[in-house]
Amino acid sequence: MIEFLLNNERVSLEECDTGISVQQYLRQQQQLTGTKEGCAAGDCGACTIVLGEIAADDASITYRSVNSCITLLANLHGKQVITIEHLAQGKVLHPVQQALVDHHGSQCGFCTPGVVMSMFSLYHTDIAPSREVVNKSLSGNLCRCTGYRPIIEATTEVCENRQPDQFTAMQQQTLDALKNIRAEHKDVFANNVHLPETREAMATLLAEYPDARLVGGSTDLALETTQQLKALPELISTQRMLDCRQIDVTEDTISIGAALPLSDIEAVLVAHFPALHELIERFASLPIRNQATLGGNVANASPIGDMPPVLLALNASIETDNGRQTRLLPASAFFTGYRQTQLAKGEWIKAIHFPRLGPDTQLRAYKVSKRHEDDISAVCAVFTVTTVNGVITAISSGFGGVAATPVSCDDLATQFTGLSWQDEQVRQRGKHILMSAFNPIDDVRASAAYRNQVLGNLWQRFWFETQTALLATTRVPHYA
Amino acid sequence: MRKLISQPDIQSSESPLLKPSKHESAIRQVMGNARYVDDIPVPADIAYACVGITGVASGTLSGLDLSAVKQAPGVIDVITVADIPGHTDIGPVFGGDPILVDGEVKFHGQPVFAVLAGTEEQARYAATLASMDITPSAAILTVDDALSANSTVRPQHIFGQGNALDALQHSPLTAEGYLSVGGQEHLYLEGQVSLALPEEEDRVMIYTSSQHPSEVQKLVAEVLGVKLHKVTVDMRRMGGGFGGKESQAAQWACLAAVFAMRQRRAVKMRLPRMLDMQITGKRHPFENHFNIGFDGEGNMLAADVTVNGNCGHSPDLSDAIVDRAMFHVDNAYQLGASKVTGNRLKTHMVSHTAFRGFGGPQGMIMAEHMMDTVARRTGLDPLVVRLRNLYSEEKGLTTPYGMTLEQNVLPDLMKQLSDSSQYWQRREQITAYNQQSPIIKKGLALTPVKFGISFTAKHLNQAGALIHLYTDGSIQVNHGGTEMGQGLHTKIGQIVAHEFGVELDNIEVTATRTDKVPNTSPTAASSGTDLNGKAAQNACLTIKARLVELFAETYQVPPDTIVFENGCVNAGEHSIAFADLIQQAYMARISLSATGYYRTPKIYYDRKNGTGRPFFYFANGAAVSEVSVDTLTGEYTVDAVDILHDVGTSLNPAIDRGQIEGGFIQGMGWVTTEDLRWDDKGKLTSNNLATYKIPAVGDAPSHFNVALFDRPNNEDSIYHSKAVGEPPFMLAISVWCAIKDAVSSLADYRIDPEIAVPATPERVLAAITALTENDDVSA
Repeated sequence: MIEFLLNNERVSLEECDTGISVQQYLRQQQQLTGTKEGCAAGDCGACTIVLGEIAADDASITYRSVNSCITLLANLHGKQVITIEHLAQGKVLHPVQQALVDHHGSQCGFCTPGVVMSMFSLYHTDIAPSREVVNKSLSGNLCRCTGYRPIIEATTEVCENRQPDQFTAMQQQTLDALKNIRAEHKDVFANNVHLPETREAMATLLAEYPDARLVGGSTDLALETTQQLKALPELISTQRMLDCRQIDVTEDTISIGAALPLSDIEAVLVAHFPALHELIERFASLPIRNQATLGGNVANASPIGDMPPVLLALNASIETDNGRQTRLLPASAFFTGYRQTQLAKGEWIKAIHFPRLGPDTQLRAYKVSKRHEDDISAVCAVFTVTTVNGVITAISSGFGGVAATPVSCDDLATQFTGLSWQDEQVRQRGKHILMSAFNPIDDVRASAAYRNQVLGNLWQRFWFETQTALLATTRVPHYA
Repeated sequence: MRKLISQPDIQSSESPLLKPSKHESAIRQVMGNARYVDDIPVPADIAYACVGITGVASGTLSGLDLSAVKQAPGVIDVITVADIPGHTDIGPVFGGDPILVDGEVKFHGQPVFAVLAGTEEQARYAATLASMDITPSAAILTVDDALSANSTVRPQHIFGQGNALDALQHSPLTAEGYLSVGGQEHLYLEGQVSLALPEEEDRVMIYTSSQHPSEVQKLVAEVLGVKLHKVTVDMRRMGGGFGGKESQAAQWACLAAVFAMRQRRAVKMRLPRMLDMQITGKRHPFENHFNIGFDGEGNMLAADVTVNGNCGHSPDLSDAIVDRAMFHVDNAYQLGASKVTGNRLKTHMVSHTAFRGFGGPQGMIMAEHMMDTVARRTGLDPLVVRLRNLYSEEKGLTTPYGMTLEQNVLPDLMKQLSDSSQYWQRREQITAYNQQSPIIKKGLALTPVKFGISFTAKHLNQAGALIHLYTDGSIQVNHGGTEMGQGLHTKIGQIVAHEFGVELDNIEVTATRTDKVPNTSPTAASSGTDLNGKAAQNACLTIKARLVELFAETYQVPPDTIVFENGCVNAGEHSIAFADLIQQAYMARISLSATGYYRTPKIYYDRKNGTGRPFFYFANGAAVSEVSVDTLTGEYTVDAVDILHDVGTSLNPAIDRGQIEGGFIQGMGWVTTEDLRWDDKGKLTSNNLATYKIPAVGDAPSHFNVALFDRPNNEDSIYHSKAVGEPPFMLAISVWCAIKDAVSSLADYRIDPEIAVPATPERVLAAITALTENDDVSA
């Protein structure tokens, strides 16, 4: 059984079909047809809903936008589900709805419910609505009619004038109801989806169901049903695993729980690695980052995932667990083949450990794609260089989109250690090394030739950006 | 009688016209209860249809084993072309579009059979299980191959003025240009969907997301083998159309109807996104070419332009689309002696179809390509060349197809925009910036749009409306146009409210239905308000004439003193509330319902001689775009956009602005990131939203300034307004020109870089590499 709040109504589902998305449940079983299907793949945002969850402080609720089309029904357990139908009170529109009307922010109206829900989730934060913040909040909502200007203005205006709403008024009751659900359920199971809370329970389940698949935020796995029409097997979710949801910062390491959604780890990553800011902002869209986990991105081992190159360049370690013992695997050895890793049967990823950078190390992370937001990398490149008195002592790198796995280029360190970082030949030779380091493919996103050329040029960008004297602009997207 | 009615003043502060009224559905849209076809509560016996498609582009279907499909869970029925009771060709104009494969395989993804099952998922799954034997044949997948094979869907058309080839030979300077212009996926957020409900005997009711309900009605009737009067089509709203639901919504309605009548149960057919992208047509890709002659001052003397439209496997609407491309290769410029050739090429691809601009963009971009070419060759700023070649009294006002411009607003409009946007100051700043910026280069371009308004298929320029007044004074309006988000119903409501002098909330514009207004034209060609607004106004005038007669008799006042305003009908000291007058009219047995009809005057085209007046008037505009280009990666941002656009008298400035901004951003997608890709087997590989990228929120320029050019239409259009649906799309050609301008800075503005559309970062970097040919950073 799983239990959740649908707006303020407690819903218990004994039967919970793994193959059904939250979007299908809302439209087909609750007749809540305000939530639309535009793509069933998490790319358009017409199905955006908001999930209320008990916040980390245990005393408030966070409201996150998610793509209901790729959310498994079982993942609603212990959460409050808010859809477009729940915002207005009778004929009185919620302020975000009224703002969108006042700014003429709907034309065909099909993206509108999703847009409203994204606005609503931003409305329930205290973040000042700069253009970058608004862009981020709406990064998962495609609109084909308006050109976005009125939506941006509506969002900005309403979030500059936030007032308490009925959800604020109900917050304590909602919190109590969610805590009751939490208290009443230990190990949650709904048909084919298990949601263990402890490593012992997880290990037992993995032993009992050796063919079961692990799932985190389901943003990738759900596509197998919505796009490939496959029936999903037994699933074991990491979502409630408490020891996979910790963040630990020590003097030399940043440790990040594998089951945390990316939006929960952005702040700590950017605080310690400011150079990752642009890459993180451009990682899918906010609704995806509200569900997708670091562990999932690493375990998938997709050659076009954006976090594995970061792990490689930062010499991160992946901590796995099987319930009895943990293993620490270096990222450099983790990715063994196309979507294959060293993760053994019965194991799951517990955490990722990032060594902190010293003052002599410079980091840059680059993503090149057709569209700046919510696109898959043609090339992702992450570099570090460590210098002592201007002399290179170490170079590390990680790349996506150029091989069957996330990869590094060790030649850079081999060739340049001991040279001056300012040496012009480091720029020139590095470019040539990278232009022929890999054998990328031609595909719908880019040609192999473009990928090779861009790799070389991103090395040049890295070199320019880390020279002390450079004052020129080096990138077109602007992320504050 | 009609001329005796005094017309209310559109400028009056009480009039609902010229006001930024909100979209009539805005509140329901933000509440999530605006109902789309997939949201309609369905009968308990609903079943779902899906199609099985080919995996090759060309060949003959020699065997089809559907046993696995029939045995799949939940399957109720499976049909092939042999099971269609009536016509099997659903081509909208010329034929050539089999509803399901009929022997010959015409493109990769062509529907072969349809399956009906208990759930959508069951139908989709079952549709993948067929075993097909297709004997492949050589596929024509490019314009070049089609040209070599003389493979066309319709005959070539040519027109021009003077002797272009002779003038070319005598021009001091000449240039040749080539441009590959990509197509575009509509990406309406609501995919194709139809719901068919069987009614008594052979009658059927269709709910569909279509821009052309009358054509759906006709094709459903033909496919079922019944007369049109047995079929009713209802269309309340679309979640976007953009041309993609003009002709190509019909197939799914037809298949749903066939199943509904075979099984006597409700049938819904909704295409999942990937299938929708694979099996419906797109904006036509074009491969275009020009030879031009000009002088050292940048004056155009001659142009020989060929546009080659990739029409896909069937004519669909391609004849008119390639015509419109031809009608716009001049854009706003007097080309001198001209020859314009248009080829309609048949390929083994999905049949490309209408998309906002309808071929206009693919033609118009050639004019801007010519201007850039001339500018770089002469060393003049592109804006100087553009202004110098605009149509004018001195240059001549006759287009290559013999139409004379009667209202030539662009010289004033472009001057006003270049001043308000500070084009020349920014040009200096950008030149200075580029000199000190080694990696990022900025570009600037101001380009105009002159877009012909009317369907070029003359018969489509007609419309009907039906107005009912109820005894409480409330009013229902029905008309032949469809609402796809563009605000047509809002504007029609404003028109009717204005005519009767009542408030907007007295008007209900109801779903487009073939049983209310028959034989309608598609809502397309930007014509929705022009045609249906006039028809609705005419219906109002008919009823008003009856009411005026009653009022004049009742109060013994001259009819021409009676005015409808502020919810009342007034004449001198006599005043009566509108609702009371309606009640009186009812009691006096006066008909409170009327139809209205309109047809566009003045238009004709002599195809044989390639001359005429295909357009009632032109809508105009201009845009200045500023971009930043990264010379290391080819990535770019659109930093600032200023638009001045001519909508004549704006009936609703908020809705017009929405059309301008939305059209611009959609056009920006077309010239930048929207990259349709097919593999060498003819399979679409950019077949979902992860691989096909339309502009997202961050792509909206941070400076985005839109103003309306303040000049009424000099033609008698509805309140002298102008059509606004398509023209702003082409303002985005300025983005493409600005990107080229930035790249051209690397060659000191002496070379016009070759960048195909869309100018993806990869293509931009290739152009940069071609210009610099130096493996160092450009600095």
